[in-house]
Amino acid sequence: MKPLDPRLVRTTAAVRAHLALTVACGFAATALILLQAWLVAHAIGSATDGAFEALATTVAAVGVVALARAALTYGAETAALRSAARVKSDLRRRLVRHVAATDPAAADAGELATLATRGLDALDDYVARYLPQLVLAVLVPVAVLVVVWRADWISGLVIALTLPLIPLFMALVGMHTQARTRRQWDLLQRLGGHFLDVVEGLPTLAVFRRAKAEAALIRRVTGAHREATMGTLRVAFLSAFVLELLATLSVALVAVEIGLRLLYGRLDLETALLVLILAPEAYLPLREVGARFHASMEGVSAAERVFAVLERPTRPAPSAPVEPARRPAVRFDRTGLTYPGRDAPALDGVDLALVPGTTTLVTGRSGAGKSSLLALLLRFAEPTAGRVLVTAADGREVDLADVDPDVWRSRIAWLPQHPYLFDASVTDNIRLGLPDAPDDAVRRAAMLAEADQVIRALPDGYATPLGERGHRLSAGQRQRIALARAFLRKEVLDAPIVLLDEPTAHLDPEHAAAVRTGVARLLRGRTGVIVAHDEGWADLADEVVRLDAPALTGSTHAS
Amino acid sequence: MIALARPRGARFALGVLAGAAATASGVALLVVAAWLIATAAASPPITALSVAIVATRALGVTRGVARYLERLVTHDAALRTLADARARVYERLARTEPVHRFRTGDLVSRLVSDTDATQDLLVRGLAPPLAALVTGAGVVAVSTALLVPGGLLLAAGLALGGVAVPLAAAAAGRGPGRRRAAGRAALSTALVDALHGGPDLVAYGAMPAALDRVEAADAELTRVERRDAGLLGLGAGVSALLAGLTLWGTLLVGVAAVRDGSLAPVPLAVLVLTALAAFEIVAPLPGAAARLGAVRAAGARLFDVLDTPPAVAPDRVPAPAPPGGVRPGRGLRVRGLRVRYGPGEPWALDGVDLDVPAGKRVALVGPSGSGKSTLAAVLLRFRDPDAGTVHLDGADLTALPIDEVRARVTGMPQDPHVFAGTVRANLLLARPDATDAELRAVLARVGLDEDLLDTEAGPHGTRLSGGMRRRLALARALLVPTTGAAGPLLVLDEPTTHLDPGTRADVLDDLLTATAGRSMILITHDLEGLERVDEVVVLRGGRVLQRGTPAELRDRPGWYRRALLGTGPNRDLPAAPSQRPATISPAG
Repeated sequence: MKPLDPRLVRTTAAVRAHLALTVACGFAATALILLQAWLVAHAIGSATDGAFEALATTVAAVGVVALARAALTYGAETAALRSAARVKSDLRRRLVRHVAATDPAAADAGELATLATRGLDALDDYVARYLPQLVLAVLVPVAVLVVVWRADWISGLVIALTLPLIPLFMALVGMHTQARTRRQWDLLQRLGGHFLDVVEGLPTLAVFRRAKAEAALIRRVTGAHREATMGTLRVAFLSAFVLELLATLSVALVAVEIGLRLLYGRLDLETALLVLILAPEAYLPLREVGARFHASMEGVSAAERVFAVLERPTRPAPSAPVEPARRPAVRFDRTGLTYPGRDAPALDGVDLALVPGTTTLVTGRSGAGKSSLLALLLRFAEPTAGRVLVTAADGREVDLADVDPDVWRSRIAWLPQHPYLFDASVTDNIRLGLPDAPDDAVRRAAMLAEADQVIRALPDGYATPLGERGHRLSAGQRQRIALARAFLRKEVLDAPIVLLDEPTAHLDPEHAAAVRTGVARLLRGRTGVIVAHDEGWADLADEVVRLDAPALTGSTHAS
Repeated sequence: MIALARPRGARFALGVLAGAAATASGVALLVVAAWLIATAAASPPITALSVAIVATRALGVTRGVARYLERLVTHDAALRTLADARARVYERLARTEPVHRFRTGDLVSRLVSDTDATQDLLVRGLAPPLAALVTGAGVVAVSTALLVPGGLLLAAGLALGGVAVPLAAAAAGRGPGRRRAAGRAALSTALVDALHGGPDLVAYGAMPAALDRVEAADAELTRVERRDAGLLGLGAGVSALLAGLTLWGTLLVGVAAVRDGSLAPVPLAVLVLTALAAFEIVAPLPGAAARLGAVRAAGARLFDVLDTPPAVAPDRVPAPAPPGGVRPGRGLRVRGLRVRYGPGEPWALDGVDLDVPAGKRVALVGPSGSGKSTLAAVLLRFRDPDAGTVHLDGADLTALPIDEVRARVTGMPQDPHVFAGTVRANLLLARPDATDAELRAVLARVGLDEDLLDTEAGPHGTRLSGGMRRRLALARALLVPTTGAAGPLLVLDEPTTHLDPGTRADVLDDLLTATAGRSMILITHDLEGLERVDEVVVLRGGRVLQRGTPAELRDRPGWYRRALLGTGPNRDLPAAPSQRPATISPAG
């Protein structure tokens, strides 16, 4: 892992501005450190020599430097935190826009949401603390070395020789511990997860009367976890040990060396004090960088994960989009779909015609590719083999890829298996995508969807907020509201195509019956596709098609 | 919180001492070196310096060694504390069984991470200030010995920098923390909607609006963070100011003392360099204060769960003999059962009568929210009835010790947990002394491969399929040692929910085969495949709506018949039209 991801600098203006400012602050901070050391050494030297006349100015200057350092620390810290907020915001916006544009049905939506919030917060430490320290770790040792060298080249030589040893030894120790830590990682994960496992399983343990006996096991497993962790830490702390040891030993070496040369009169007190005050400063930033390394690497890895998502390919928009017919026919022509990163195709050589005004029921076991078929129709995915053909406005048969996705989707009313309801009122949830739909249209859609009763029973009727992901509702209530959504689209946009994905799976009988009534109404006069595991929907279909998983049979065909 | 993470006294003290020694070595190195140099400048004989020279070198080594030791010892102590804290939290949970709060996985994982936060209390919360106190006192003592005003000045500087600044920074950070949390919650909601609801948004052309909402929330959070940056930067600025001013003040009083002859030049150098080095002691304290705040918040959340009063009455000791004695074979008898989850809440169960004679199987069906799972909770004694009686074989369930009840009633709670470990380990929970032959037999009974015993189930059983997990949970329930002819009463709460429909039918079929001859209550909202149970009871709104054999209910007008015809394969509906072969051709 690199301490500074070049992509972060290249693509994020906020990072570039931050780096420039940080370097400037770094120079100022270095100058103040040197100035303070010189002033203190000079003050003590003069006082020892009894030269009190010029001392007032020197002591006053120390006060001024103290004020300046405080102001600089405050300013740099504030600016760094502000930059961190901007960098996070920038990455977050790009991440969300990119995902929305390329892969709205991303399987890892949950991870991405966590990454965009808590994950990116790890950048605070990285941007606001680690990067400035990294700049100081380069500037300060060099500046100190130059000043010490000019004052007393022998001490300079000692520092110059010991300083490079620190990164060298850290790298050596790091390489050794990394391999060992990785070996231990699995064991640590397993032992560390035990407590969560047991707490989650408490109801099950209680049923089997094992709950109380488990406490002793927790103690034992956590004990084993401790031993394994300590084994890792004993090695992992070695790098800090080496760093600390080298830094202090070098200072001790310098101190003794200048002390002895002072004794024989080969050095004056003021120079000796200057060297003594500055020597620890040369090692301090390196120690700080080491201490912050682990916390900041979380930020780097969060940024890396964001960039990995941003590098997912975008789908090119059709150069000359074709207007689809008002009521298009759809034909799958030896269509295949293999998701990126998978070996087995989800769909393979599908031939299927959807005739306007008729309903097709697609059945098959889970994993047979039923949902992939809908994904192609909704343009969440594009075929990796064959084509999907639709009727254009001029009657020609054109490739669906040449139709603008948003225009195409406006022709579709879709009821997913697990519809997503938003943290908004029922009305706003129903008029998703049609924010200007009048209230009476919303109500009519709800009635057609057999949802009106359900909605009226809610505390505030149509104005009831549904909470995050509509969690206040049962699966059946959610499905009925989502069906109203599909109806509104059918009514307002006159959407000719209706797609239904297992509309009543997991619903209790009452809701299932209501949804079924609504679905029958929705399909009337539309080009419908129902995807379901069995043929319970056959009475609503003009045609029944069975899909078999290509992985099982080597081909996708009807029976 | 401290009681929960009771420190391991001796180890913890050792850790603090090592930490103090490490910091002290660093400061002392500079102080001794200052003395060495200042003395050497007066050209004394080398013997006068030898002690200082040796001390300097020694301090160079002790600092690293002590720091290493400190880290090992405090981490070890923290992990030992963690073992205790986890066990204590778990014991509390096992005693109060707040299982109704376990519905959301988020709460459980937060409970666990809050418990684990207790280890920070020692290493990062308590050890640094204690070590700083020891070292700081030592440094102030040395300075005071050299020059009283210098010592006082340093004491004031360290106290302000080590106590006042961290506390003030933690207090000042609370406001920004709250504002950030509010902004982050709004952003998180918008983000979750845009990312999880992505398919719905894109299909309905609403993604641009959702993205605008994310960006508005992001802009607000960023604005808050940028505005509060100054407040957070202030802490660092004031710390730097205190260090600088203390150095300046020490120089001022020191030079004045040298001028009026009350201080020799050598102590001046020592005094000033002490002031210069001393602020290293308080550097980790603002971090420790912030950590303590976080640990305190974790503790508050933790105790909110731990202090949940138990939902069942504690076992009466000794348990009263059941009136009339235990009469095996009479089965379960529930009369007038009423339960609600709090005063003023609607009744979850409102006067339910239910009989399960020994060896009979009853299906409890009804829409979600009808009270089915509440009944299961009462039977397994996760909850006491508010009114009514529950008798099993003549014994009042609510009067029996909890473990006694669970010897007679067992089964599958909703979403049964499969533990990480082997299938064997999961099965042995139910009967620790079972032989491999018995385990294989039970696997075969529920339709699982007998060679599965040594298979790792993975976290949450994720290495097994959904159907396998349910079968494993059923096997576990079947393993519970039998107490009578029909064994303990089995209560299976939604054993097939969340399975895909084909698997659901298979699992139910195997389940009904495996439980033949057992007393059982099967709770489900899925009406398919129930023909083989002895009785169906329809529960709706906490009351019994219908009861009878599956065949009776199917033929009788009512909820069951309506629900069955609404979803099931179209028995009474006209046959499907035109099942033509589709226009799909086999492909290579």
